[in-house]
Amino acid sequence: MKTESRLEKVLNAGHFAVTGELGPPKSSDIETLKHHAEAMRNHVESYNITDNQTAIVRTSSIGVAASLIQMGLEPNVQMTVRDRNRICLQSDLLGAVSFGVKNFLCLQGDHAKFGNQPQSKNVNDLDSMQLLKTFKDMRDEGIFIGGEKMDHPLPSIFLGAVANPFADPFEYRPLRLAKKIAAGAQFIQTQCIFDIDRFERWMAKVRELGLHKKCYIMGGVTPIKSIGAARYMQKNVSGMIVPEELITRIKGAEDKKKEGIKIAVETIQRLREIEGVAGVHVMAIAWEEVVPEIVESAGLYPRPTV
Amino acid sequence: MRKMIVGERKPLAEIAEMLEPFRKVCVLGCGTCVTVCLAGGEKEASETAAALTLLAQKEGKDLEISTHTLLRQCEYEYIDDYAEKLAEADVILSLACGVGVQTMATRLQDKIILPGLNTQFMGYPLQQGVWAENCLGCGDCVLDLTLGICPITRCSKSMLNGPCGGSQDGKCEVSKDVDCAWHMIYERLVKMGMESRMETIQPPKDWSTSHHGGPRTIVREDVRLENRE
Ligand code: SF4
Ligand code: SF4
Repeated sequence: MKTESRLEKVLNAGHFAVTGELGPPKSSDIETLKHHAEAMRNHVESYNITDNQTAIVRTSSIGVAASLIQMGLEPNVQMTVRDRNRICLQSDLLGAVSFGVKNFLCLQGDHAKFGNQPQSKNVNDLDSMQLLKTFKDMRDEGIFIGGEKMDHPLPSIFLGAVANPFADPFEYRPLRLAKKIAAGAQFIQTQCIFDIDRFERWMAKVRELGLHKKCYIMGGVTPIKSIGAARYMQKNVSGMIVPEELITRIKGAEDKKKEGIKIAVETIQRLREIEGVAGVHVMAIAWEEVVPEIVESAGLYPRPTV
Repeated sequence: MRKMIVGERKPLAEIAEMLEPFRKVCVLGCGTCVTVCLAGGEKEASETAAALTLLAQKEGKDLEISTHTLLRQCEYEYIDDYAEKLAEADVILSLACGVGVQTMATRLQDKIILPGLNTQFMGYPLQQGVWAENCLGCGDCVLDLTLGICPITRCSKSMLNGPCGGSQDGKCEVSKDVDCAWHMIYERLVKMGMESRMETIQPPKDWSTSHHGGPRTIVREDVRLENRE
Protein backbone atom coordinates (compact mmCIF):
# COMPACT_ATOMS: atom_id res chain seq x y z
CA MET A 1 0.00 0.00 0.00
CA LYS A 2 1.36 3.39 -0.98
CA THR A 3 1.44 5.97 1.73
CA GLU A 4 -1.03 8.78 1.62
CA SER A 5 1.32 11.14 3.38
CA ARG A 6 0.81 14.62 2.03
CA LEU A 7 4.33 15.54 2.99
CA GLU A 8 5.70 12.66 1.00
CA LYS A 9 3.52 13.50 -1.99
CA VAL A 10 4.65 17.11 -2.03
CA LEU A 11 8.29 16.08 -1.81
CA ASN A 12 7.90 13.35 -4.40
CA ALA A 13 6.32 15.85 -6.76
CA GLY A 14 9.47 17.93 -6.49
CA HIS A 15 7.92 20.86 -4.64
CA PHE A 16 9.88 22.73 -2.01
CA ALA A 17 8.09 21.47 1.11
CA VAL A 18 7.23 23.27 4.32
CA THR A 19 6.57 21.66 7.67
CA GLY A 20 5.63 23.33 10.93
CA GLU A 21 6.06 22.40 14.53
CA LEU A 22 3.72 22.30 17.49
CA GLY A 23 4.80 21.88 21.08
CA PRO A 24 2.13 20.24 23.25
CA PRO A 25 1.32 22.04 26.50
CA LYS A 26 1.94 21.04 30.09
CA SER A 27 -1.74 20.19 30.45
CA SER A 28 -4.36 18.23 28.59
CA ASP A 29 -5.94 21.43 27.33
CA ILE A 30 -4.70 21.61 23.74
CA GLU A 31 -7.07 24.33 22.52
CA THR A 32 -4.29 26.86 21.97
CA LEU A 33 -2.25 24.30 20.08
CA LYS A 34 -5.24 23.50 17.88
CA HIS A 35 -5.71 27.19 17.26
CA HIS A 36 -2.07 27.52 16.12
CA ALA A 37 -2.46 24.46 13.93
CA GLU A 38 -5.58 25.92 12.35
CA ALA A 39 -3.84 29.24 11.72
CA MET A 40 -1.15 27.63 9.56
CA ARG A 41 -3.40 25.05 7.94
CA ASN A 42 -2.73 26.40 4.47
CA HIS A 43 0.91 27.19 5.04
CA VAL A 44 2.47 23.86 5.94
CA GLU A 45 2.24 20.33 4.61
CA SER A 46 2.31 18.74 7.99
CA TYR A 47 3.18 19.41 11.62
CA ASN A 48 5.88 17.96 13.81
CA ILE A 49 4.51 17.28 17.25
CA THR A 50 7.27 17.24 19.78
CA ASP A 51 7.69 14.34 22.18
CA ASN A 52 8.09 15.76 25.70
CA GLN A 53 10.56 18.24 24.31
CA THR A 54 13.61 19.00 26.44
CA ALA A 55 12.39 16.22 28.72
CA ILE A 56 9.51 18.25 30.10
CA VAL A 57 6.25 16.41 30.73
CA ARG A 58 3.62 17.46 28.21
CA THR A 59 0.63 16.01 26.43
CA SER A 60 1.90 13.07 24.41
CA SER A 61 2.70 13.62 20.78
CA ILE A 62 0.52 10.68 19.73
CA GLY A 63 -2.39 12.09 21.73
CA VAL A 64 -2.10 15.43 19.96
CA ALA A 65 -1.75 13.65 16.62
CA ALA A 66 -5.22 12.15 17.13
CA SER A 67 -6.71 15.63 17.45
CA LEU A 68 -4.89 16.94 14.38
CA ILE A 69 -6.17 14.04 12.31
CA GLN A 70 -9.71 14.83 13.47
CA MET A 71 -9.11 18.35 12.21
CA GLY A 72 -8.04 16.97 8.85
CA LEU A 73 -4.40 17.94 9.40
CA GLU A 74 -1.31 15.82 9.04
CA PRO A 75 0.96 15.16 12.01
CA ASN A 76 4.61 14.14 11.96
CA VAL A 77 4.81 12.27 15.21
CA GLN A 78 8.15 12.70 16.93
CA MET A 79 9.30 9.68 18.87
CA THR A 80 12.31 9.72 21.12
CA VAL A 81 13.99 6.69 22.63
CA ARG A 82 14.54 8.47 25.92
CA ASP A 83 11.34 7.46 27.69
CA ARG A 84 10.17 4.24 26.06
CA ASN A 85 11.71 0.84 25.62
CA ARG A 86 11.43 -1.24 22.44
CA ILE A 87 8.19 -2.86 23.53
CA CYS A 88 6.52 0.49 23.97
CA LEU A 89 8.03 2.13 20.88
CA GLN A 90 6.88 -0.63 18.55
CA SER A 91 3.48 -0.73 20.20
CA ASP A 92 3.08 3.06 20.04
CA LEU A 93 3.96 2.99 16.36
CA LEU A 94 1.20 0.47 15.74
CA GLY A 95 -1.22 2.48 17.83
CA ALA A 96 -0.48 5.70 15.99
CA VAL A 97 -0.70 4.06 12.57
CA SER A 98 -4.02 2.50 13.60
CA PHE A 99 -5.68 5.91 13.64
CA GLY A 100 -3.95 7.26 10.60
CA VAL A 101 -0.55 8.73 11.45
CA LYS A 102 1.72 8.44 8.43
CA ASN A 103 4.81 10.43 9.23
CA PHE A 104 7.19 9.57 12.04
CA LEU A 105 10.34 11.26 13.14
CA CYS A 106 12.80 9.07 15.00
CA LEU A 107 14.86 10.90 17.60
CA GLN A 108 17.21 10.28 20.45
CA GLY A 109 15.77 12.97 22.70
CA ASP A 110 17.40 15.46 25.04
CA HIS A 111 18.79 14.05 28.23
CA ALA A 112 16.28 14.02 31.09
CA LYS A 113 18.68 16.18 33.04
CA PHE A 114 17.35 19.21 31.15
CA GLY A 115 13.70 18.72 31.94
CA ASN A 116 11.34 18.90 34.87
CA GLN A 117 11.97 15.28 35.89
CA PRO A 118 15.76 15.18 36.16
CA GLN A 119 15.50 12.29 38.64
CA SER A 120 13.94 10.00 36.05
CA LYS A 121 15.47 6.87 34.60
CA ASN A 122 16.65 7.42 31.04
CA VAL A 123 15.50 4.45 29.01
CA ASN A 124 17.65 4.48 25.85
CA ASP A 125 16.92 0.82 25.22
CA LEU A 126 17.33 1.57 21.49
CA ASP A 127 19.18 4.49 19.99
CA SER A 128 17.72 6.74 17.30
CA MET A 129 19.44 4.78 14.53
CA GLN A 130 18.02 1.51 15.77
CA LEU A 131 14.57 3.06 16.08
CA LEU A 132 14.63 4.06 12.42
CA LYS A 133 15.74 0.59 11.39
CA THR A 134 13.09 -1.00 13.60
CA PHE A 135 10.29 1.02 12.00
CA LYS A 136 11.68 0.37 8.54
CA ASP A 137 11.75 -3.37 9.20
CA MET A 138 8.20 -3.29 10.57
CA ARG A 139 7.07 -1.59 7.38
CA ASP A 140 9.22 -3.32 4.76
CA GLU A 141 9.67 -6.77 6.26
CA GLY A 142 6.63 -6.99 8.50
CA ILE A 143 8.79 -8.00 11.44
CA PHE A 144 9.37 -6.86 14.99
CA ILE A 145 12.82 -6.55 16.54
CA GLY A 146 14.16 -10.06 16.79
CA GLY A 147 12.48 -11.19 13.59
CA GLU A 148 9.04 -12.25 14.78
CA LYS A 149 6.44 -11.74 12.07
CA MET A 150 3.73 -9.18 12.67
CA ASP A 151 0.14 -10.40 12.33
CA HIS A 152 -0.36 -8.04 9.42
CA PRO A 153 2.19 -5.93 7.61
CA LEU A 154 2.31 -2.27 8.50
CA PRO A 155 0.78 0.11 5.98
CA SER A 156 3.34 2.34 4.40
CA ILE A 157 4.69 5.05 6.64
CA PHE A 158 7.01 7.93 5.86
CA LEU A 159 10.10 7.88 8.04
CA GLY A 160 12.04 10.90 9.10
CA ALA A 161 15.07 11.65 11.21
CA VAL A 162 17.05 14.67 12.24
CA ALA A 163 20.55 15.77 11.38
CA ASN A 164 22.64 18.36 13.10
CA PRO A 165 25.27 20.04 10.93
CA PHE A 166 26.24 22.19 13.93
CA ALA A 167 27.21 19.34 16.20
CA ASP A 168 30.65 17.79 16.34
CA PRO A 169 32.70 16.07 15.08
CA PHE A 170 31.82 18.10 11.99
CA GLU A 171 33.54 15.77 9.49
CA TYR A 172 31.51 12.88 10.82
CA ARG A 173 28.10 14.52 10.47
CA PRO A 174 27.53 13.79 6.75
CA LEU A 175 28.53 10.18 7.39
CA ARG A 176 26.02 10.03 10.19
CA LEU A 177 23.38 11.21 7.75
CA ALA A 178 24.38 8.43 5.36
CA LYS A 179 23.94 5.95 8.17
CA LYS A 180 20.50 7.30 9.01
CA ILE A 181 19.46 6.96 5.39
CA ALA A 182 20.73 3.38 5.39
CA ALA A 183 18.73 2.79 8.56
CA GLY A 184 15.54 4.02 6.90
CA ALA A 185 15.33 7.81 6.92
CA GLN A 186 13.37 9.10 3.92
CA PHE A 187 13.27 12.71 5.02
CA ILE A 188 15.56 14.69 7.24
CA GLN A 189 14.92 17.81 9.23
CA THR A 190 17.99 19.66 10.41
CA GLN A 191 18.73 21.54 13.59
CA CYS A 192 17.85 25.26 13.37
CA ILE A 193 20.15 26.94 10.88
CA PHE A 194 21.67 30.23 11.97
CA ASP A 195 25.20 29.61 10.74
CA ILE A 196 24.32 29.15 7.11
CA ASP A 197 27.95 29.01 5.97
CA ARG A 198 28.53 25.95 8.06
CA PHE A 199 25.30 24.48 6.77
CA GLU A 200 26.53 25.01 3.22
CA ARG A 201 29.80 23.27 3.98
CA TRP A 202 27.83 20.35 5.37
CA MET A 203 25.57 20.28 2.32
CA ALA A 204 28.58 20.28 0.00
CA LYS A 205 29.78 17.11 1.63
CA VAL A 206 26.25 15.69 1.61
CA ARG A 207 26.08 16.24 -2.15
CA GLU A 208 29.52 14.79 -2.64
CA LEU A 209 28.23 11.62 -1.01
CA GLY A 210 25.07 11.78 -3.13
CA LEU A 211 22.89 11.75 -0.03
CA HIS A 212 20.54 14.50 -1.25
CA LYS A 213 19.40 12.06 -3.91
CA LYS A 214 18.63 9.36 -1.39
CA CYS A 215 16.44 11.34 0.98
CA TYR A 216 14.71 14.70 1.27
CA ILE A 217 16.65 17.21 3.32
CA MET A 218 14.62 19.93 4.97
CA GLY A 219 16.48 22.83 6.55
CA GLY A 220 15.44 23.82 10.05
CA VAL A 221 14.46 27.47 10.40
CA THR A 222 13.61 29.26 13.63
CA PRO A 223 12.70 32.93 13.82
CA ILE A 224 14.56 34.64 16.64
CA LYS A 225 11.99 36.25 18.90
CA SER A 226 14.31 38.22 21.14
CA ILE A 227 17.95 38.78 22.02
CA GLY A 228 17.35 36.75 25.15
CA ALA A 229 16.11 33.78 23.14
CA ALA A 230 19.10 34.00 20.81
CA ARG A 231 21.52 34.20 23.72
CA TYR A 232 19.86 31.26 25.39
CA MET A 233 20.24 29.10 22.29
CA GLN A 234 23.80 30.32 21.83
CA LYS A 235 24.93 29.59 25.37
CA ASN A 236 22.70 26.88 26.73
CA VAL A 237 21.66 24.59 23.93
CA SER A 238 24.38 22.14 23.09
CA GLY A 239 24.64 21.45 19.38
CA MET A 240 23.44 24.90 18.30
CA ILE A 241 25.46 27.69 16.76
CA VAL A 242 24.11 31.22 16.85
CA PRO A 243 26.68 33.57 15.29
CA GLU A 244 27.35 36.81 17.15
CA GLU A 245 26.67 38.85 13.96
CA LEU A 246 23.07 37.71 14.03
CA ILE A 247 22.60 38.96 17.56
CA THR A 248 24.31 42.24 16.69
CA ARG A 249 22.02 42.64 13.71
CA ILE A 250 18.90 42.17 15.82
CA LYS A 251 20.28 44.44 18.52
CA GLY A 252 20.73 47.18 15.94
CA ALA A 253 17.24 46.84 14.54
CA GLU A 254 14.47 49.19 15.54
CA ASP A 255 11.81 46.49 15.50
CA LYS A 256 13.61 43.44 16.85
CA LYS A 257 10.80 40.99 16.23
CA LYS A 258 10.42 42.11 12.64
CA GLU A 259 14.15 41.66 12.18
CA GLY A 260 13.93 38.13 13.57
CA ILE A 261 11.23 37.31 11.03
CA LYS A 262 13.22 38.95 8.27
CA ILE A 263 16.27 36.85 9.07
CA ALA A 264 14.16 33.69 9.00
CA VAL A 265 12.77 34.65 5.59
CA GLU A 266 16.24 35.40 4.24
CA THR A 267 17.45 32.05 5.57
CA ILE A 268 14.66 30.25 3.73
CA GLN A 269 15.45 32.14 0.55
CA ARG A 270 19.08 31.16 0.82
CA LEU A 271 18.21 27.56 1.55
CA ARG A 272 16.09 27.42 -1.59
CA GLU A 273 19.17 28.26 -3.59
CA ILE A 274 21.19 25.38 -2.17
CA GLU A 275 21.20 22.30 -4.33
CA GLY A 276 19.83 19.32 -2.47
CA VAL A 277 17.65 21.18 0.02
CA ALA A 278 14.13 19.87 -0.51
CA GLY A 279 12.22 22.01 1.92
CA VAL A 280 12.16 23.83 5.21
CA HIS A 281 11.01 22.88 8.64
CA VAL A 282 9.82 26.01 10.43
CA MET A 283 10.10 25.77 14.18
CA ALA A 284 8.51 28.76 15.82
CA ILE A 285 7.81 27.26 19.20
CA ALA A 286 6.00 29.77 21.42
CA TRP A 287 5.76 32.06 18.39
CA GLU A 288 3.58 29.99 16.13
CA GLU A 289 1.52 32.92 14.93
CA VAL A 290 4.34 34.22 12.72
CA VAL A 291 4.58 31.09 10.61
CA PRO A 292 2.07 32.19 7.93
CA GLU A 293 3.86 35.51 7.53
CA ILE A 294 7.24 33.81 7.19
CA VAL A 295 5.96 31.30 4.65
CA GLU A 296 4.26 34.03 2.63
CA SER A 297 7.22 36.42 2.72
CA ALA A 298 9.51 33.62 1.63
CA GLY A 299 7.39 33.20 -1.48
CA LEU A 300 6.19 29.76 -0.49
CA TYR A 301 2.50 30.55 -0.48
CA PRO A 302 0.14 29.17 -1.62
CA ARG A 303 1.21 25.62 -0.99
CA PRO A 304 0.90 23.23 -3.90
CA THR A 305 -2.05 20.89 -4.19
CA VAL A 306 -1.07 17.27 -4.62
CA MET B 1 44.53 -2.74 42.42
CA ARG B 2 43.64 0.26 40.29
CA LYS B 3 40.23 -0.57 38.96
CA MET B 4 37.62 -0.61 41.61
CA ILE B 5 34.23 -0.04 42.96
CA VAL B 6 33.99 3.61 43.83
CA GLY B 7 31.84 5.05 46.57
CA GLU B 8 31.42 8.04 48.79
CA ARG B 9 30.67 8.14 52.48
CA LYS B 10 27.12 9.02 53.34
CA PRO B 11 26.64 12.37 55.07
CA LEU B 12 27.24 12.14 58.80
CA ALA B 13 23.71 13.30 59.63
CA GLU B 14 22.22 10.46 57.62
CA ILE B 15 24.48 7.94 59.32
CA ALA B 16 23.68 9.36 62.76
CA GLU B 17 19.99 9.05 61.99
CA MET B 18 20.22 5.40 60.99
CA LEU B 19 22.27 4.67 64.11
CA GLU B 20 19.74 6.39 66.36
CA PRO B 21 18.21 3.21 67.88
CA PHE B 22 21.58 1.60 68.66
CA ARG B 23 24.17 2.02 71.40
CA LYS B 24 27.08 -0.28 70.58
CA VAL B 25 28.28 0.49 67.11
CA CYS B 26 31.11 -1.04 65.17
CA VAL B 27 32.34 1.06 62.28
CA LEU B 28 33.81 -1.43 59.88
CA GLY B 29 36.15 -0.36 57.12
CA CYS B 30 36.94 -2.46 54.10
CA GLY B 31 40.51 -2.87 53.00
CA THR B 32 40.20 -3.12 49.25
CA CYS B 33 38.37 -0.97 46.66
CA VAL B 34 36.93 1.61 49.01
CA THR B 35 40.29 2.00 50.70
CA VAL B 36 41.87 2.92 47.40
CA CYS B 37 39.11 5.39 46.59
CA LEU B 38 39.48 6.91 50.05
CA ALA B 39 35.89 6.33 51.05
CA GLY B 40 35.72 3.42 53.44
CA GLY B 41 39.14 2.17 54.48
CA GLU B 42 40.78 2.10 57.88
CA LYS B 43 41.43 5.83 57.86
CA GLU B 44 37.86 6.71 56.95
CA ALA B 45 36.53 4.24 59.52
CA SER B 46 38.41 5.97 62.35
CA GLU B 47 37.44 9.40 61.05
CA THR B 48 33.80 8.38 60.88
CA ALA B 49 33.96 6.87 64.35
CA ALA B 50 35.57 10.03 65.73
CA ALA B 51 32.96 12.23 64.11
CA LEU B 52 30.13 10.06 65.43
CA THR B 53 31.61 10.11 68.93
CA LEU B 54 31.84 13.87 68.85
CA LEU B 55 28.29 14.20 67.64
CA ALA B 56 27.03 11.78 70.32
CA GLN B 57 28.81 13.78 73.03
CA LYS B 58 27.30 16.98 71.74
CA GLU B 59 23.85 15.45 71.78
CA GLY B 60 24.39 13.72 75.11
CA LYS B 61 23.88 10.29 73.62
CA ASP B 62 25.52 7.25 75.15
CA LEU B 63 27.32 5.72 72.21
CA GLU B 64 29.98 3.04 72.37
CA ILE B 65 31.98 2.93 69.19
CA SER B 66 34.62 0.49 68.07
CA THR B 67 36.35 0.41 64.72
CA HIS B 68 37.81 -2.43 62.74
CA THR B 69 38.84 -2.98 59.17
CA LEU B 70 38.37 -6.15 57.22
CA LEU B 71 40.50 -6.83 54.19
CA ARG B 72 37.42 -7.75 52.19
CA GLN B 73 33.87 -7.63 53.42
CA CYS B 74 32.78 -9.34 50.24
CA GLU B 75 34.29 -12.73 51.08
CA TYR B 76 33.07 -15.15 53.74
CA GLU B 77 36.62 -16.20 54.65
CA TYR B 78 37.54 -12.75 55.85
CA ILE B 79 34.23 -12.20 57.59
CA ASP B 80 34.52 -15.50 59.45
CA ASP B 81 37.98 -14.62 60.70
CA TYR B 82 36.54 -11.49 62.20
CA ALA B 83 33.13 -12.67 63.39
CA GLU B 84 34.18 -12.87 67.07
CA LYS B 85 35.41 -9.30 67.20
CA LEU B 86 32.13 -8.13 65.75
CA ALA B 87 29.98 -10.12 68.18
CA GLU B 88 29.95 -7.35 70.77
CA ALA B 89 28.31 -4.67 68.68
CA ASP B 90 24.54 -4.08 68.39
CA VAL B 91 25.04 -2.87 64.90
CA ILE B 92 27.74 -2.74 62.27
CA LEU B 93 28.12 0.34 60.17
CA SER B 94 29.83 -1.06 57.12
CA LEU B 95 31.97 1.27 55.08
CA ALA B 96 32.25 -1.35 52.34
CA CYS B 97 30.51 -1.08 49.00
CA GLY B 98 27.01 -2.46 48.60
CA VAL B 99 28.48 -5.85 47.79
CA GLY B 100 30.36 -5.95 51.06
CA VAL B 101 27.35 -4.81 53.08
CA GLN B 102 25.23 -7.55 51.58
CA THR B 103 27.84 -10.27 51.95
CA MET B 104 28.14 -9.33 55.62
CA ALA B 105 24.38 -9.34 56.06
CA THR B 106 24.16 -12.77 54.44
CA ARG B 107 26.99 -14.28 56.49
CA LEU B 108 26.14 -12.69 59.84
CA GLN B 109 22.43 -13.45 59.89
CA ASP B 110 21.83 -12.27 63.46
CA LYS B 111 23.63 -8.97 63.06
CA ILE B 112 22.27 -5.71 61.77
CA ILE B 113 24.51 -4.31 59.06
CA LEU B 114 23.96 -0.74 57.90
CA PRO B 115 25.52 0.95 54.87
CA GLY B 116 27.88 3.83 55.55
CA LEU B 117 28.66 4.50 51.91
CA ASN B 118 26.78 5.37 48.78
CA THR B 119 28.29 2.96 46.32
CA GLN B 120 28.68 4.71 43.01
CA PHE B 121 30.30 2.86 40.18
CA MET B 122 32.99 0.72 38.69
CA GLY B 123 35.75 2.98 37.57
CA TYR B 124 39.31 4.10 37.90
CA PRO B 125 41.25 7.04 39.28
CA LEU B 126 41.58 9.57 36.50
CA GLN B 127 43.99 11.69 38.52
CA GLN B 128 44.64 12.31 42.19
CA GLY B 129 41.23 12.83 43.78
CA VAL B 130 39.19 12.21 40.62
CA TRP B 131 37.48 8.95 39.78
CA ALA B 132 35.58 8.17 36.60
CA GLU B 133 32.97 5.59 35.80
CA ASN B 134 33.76 3.44 32.80
CA CYS B 135 31.94 0.11 32.95
CA LEU B 136 28.34 -0.77 33.71
CA GLY B 137 28.94 -4.49 33.58
CA CYS B 138 26.53 -4.95 30.70
CA GLY B 139 27.48 -8.58 30.20
CA ASP B 140 28.21 -8.26 26.50
CA CYS B 141 31.27 -6.11 26.05
CA VAL B 142 31.48 -3.97 22.91
CA LEU B 143 34.86 -2.38 23.57
CA ASP B 144 36.16 -4.16 20.48
CA LEU B 145 33.93 -2.00 18.29
CA THR B 146 34.99 1.23 19.91
CA LEU B 147 38.63 0.44 20.59
CA GLY B 148 38.42 0.68 24.31
CA ILE B 149 35.94 3.47 25.05
CA CYS B 150 32.65 2.25 26.47
CA PRO B 151 29.63 3.87 24.82
CA ILE B 152 27.22 2.16 27.20
CA THR B 153 28.77 3.81 30.22
CA ARG B 154 30.47 6.91 28.94
CA CYS B 155 27.85 8.14 26.48
CA SER B 156 25.10 9.71 28.57
CA LYS B 157 22.50 8.10 26.33
CA SER B 158 24.26 4.73 25.92
CA MET B 159 24.11 5.12 22.15
CA LEU B 160 25.65 2.48 19.93
CA ASN B 161 25.63 4.18 16.56
CA GLY B 162 27.59 7.36 16.94
CA PRO B 163 27.21 10.75 18.58
CA CYS B 164 23.89 12.49 19.14
CA GLY B 165 23.22 16.03 18.00
CA GLY B 166 24.18 17.47 21.36
CA SER B 167 27.87 16.73 21.01
CA GLN B 168 29.83 19.95 20.72
CA ASP B 169 33.52 20.77 21.04
CA GLY B 170 34.19 17.25 22.28
CA LYS B 171 31.84 17.66 25.20
CA CYS B 172 28.61 15.88 26.06
CA GLU B 173 25.37 17.82 26.06
CA VAL B 174 24.75 16.99 29.71
CA SER B 175 27.75 18.94 30.95
CA LYS B 176 30.83 20.77 29.82
CA ASP B 177 32.66 18.62 32.37
CA VAL B 178 31.79 15.40 30.59
CA ASP B 179 33.67 14.32 27.49
CA CYS B 180 31.50 13.05 24.65
CA ALA B 181 32.30 9.36 24.44
CA TRP B 182 31.41 9.20 20.76
CA HIS B 183 33.64 12.11 19.92
CA MET B 184 36.48 10.24 21.58
CA ILE B 185 35.56 7.01 19.84
CA TYR B 186 35.45 8.74 16.47
CA GLU B 187 38.85 10.32 16.97
CA ARG B 188 40.34 7.07 18.12
CA LEU B 189 38.95 5.19 15.15
CA VAL B 190 40.23 7.87 12.75
CA LYS B 191 43.65 7.69 14.37
CA MET B 192 43.71 3.95 13.80
CA GLY B 193 42.32 4.28 10.29
CA MET B 194 39.25 2.31 11.32
CA GLU B 195 36.50 4.93 11.16
CA SER B 196 34.57 2.93 8.57
CA ARG B 197 33.46 0.83 11.53
CA MET B 198 31.04 3.55 12.41
CA GLU B 199 29.17 2.94 9.15
CA THR B 200 27.82 -0.39 10.34
CA ILE B 201 24.41 -0.10 11.92
CA GLN B 202 24.75 -1.73 15.30
CA PRO B 203 21.56 -3.65 16.05
CA PRO B 204 19.56 -3.16 19.25
CA LYS B 205 21.63 -4.30 22.19
CA ASP B 206 20.69 -7.44 24.04
CA TRP B 207 20.18 -6.00 27.50
CA SER B 208 19.16 -9.36 28.90
CA THR B 209 22.81 -10.06 29.68
CA SER B 210 22.87 -6.92 31.80
CA HIS B 211 21.00 -6.22 35.01
CA HIS B 212 17.86 -5.68 32.94
CA GLY B 213 17.67 -9.45 32.58
CA GLY B 214 17.28 -9.76 36.36
CA PRO B 215 19.91 -10.35 39.06
CA ARG B 216 22.82 -12.26 37.57
CA THR B 217 24.79 -15.22 38.87
CA ILE B 218 27.79 -16.80 37.26
CA VAL B 219 28.20 -20.54 37.72
CA ARG B 220 31.50 -22.06 36.70
CA GLU B 221 31.06 -25.82 36.93
CA ASP B 222 34.76 -26.37 36.32
CA VAL B 223 35.76 -24.62 39.51
CA ARG B 224 32.85 -25.50 41.79
CA LEU B 225 33.89 -27.42 44.88
CA GLU B 226 31.36 -30.25 44.43
CA ASN B 227 32.82 -30.97 41.04
CA ARG B 228 36.33 -31.11 42.28
CA GLU B 229 35.58 -33.71 44.90
S1 SF4 C 1 30.49 -2.63 26.89
FE1 SF4 C 1 29.56 -3.45 28.76
S2 SF4 C 1 31.12 -4.76 29.69
FE2 SF4 C 1 32.15 -3.51 28.12
S3 SF4 C 1 32.94 -1.75 29.28
FE3 SF4 C 1 30.91 -1.17 28.50
S4 SF4 C 1 29.47 -1.72 30.12
FE4 SF4 C 1 31.40 -2.72 30.58
S1 SF4 D 1 26.94 14.25 23.56
FE1 SF4 D 1 28.12 12.40 23.15
S2 SF4 D 1 28.29 11.38 25.15
FE2 SF4 D 1 26.70 12.91 25.32
S3 SF4 D 1 24.82 11.80 24.92
FE3 SF4 D 1 25.48 12.69 22.96
S4 SF4 D 1 26.74 11.13 22.00
FE4 SF4 D 1 26.50 10.54 24.12
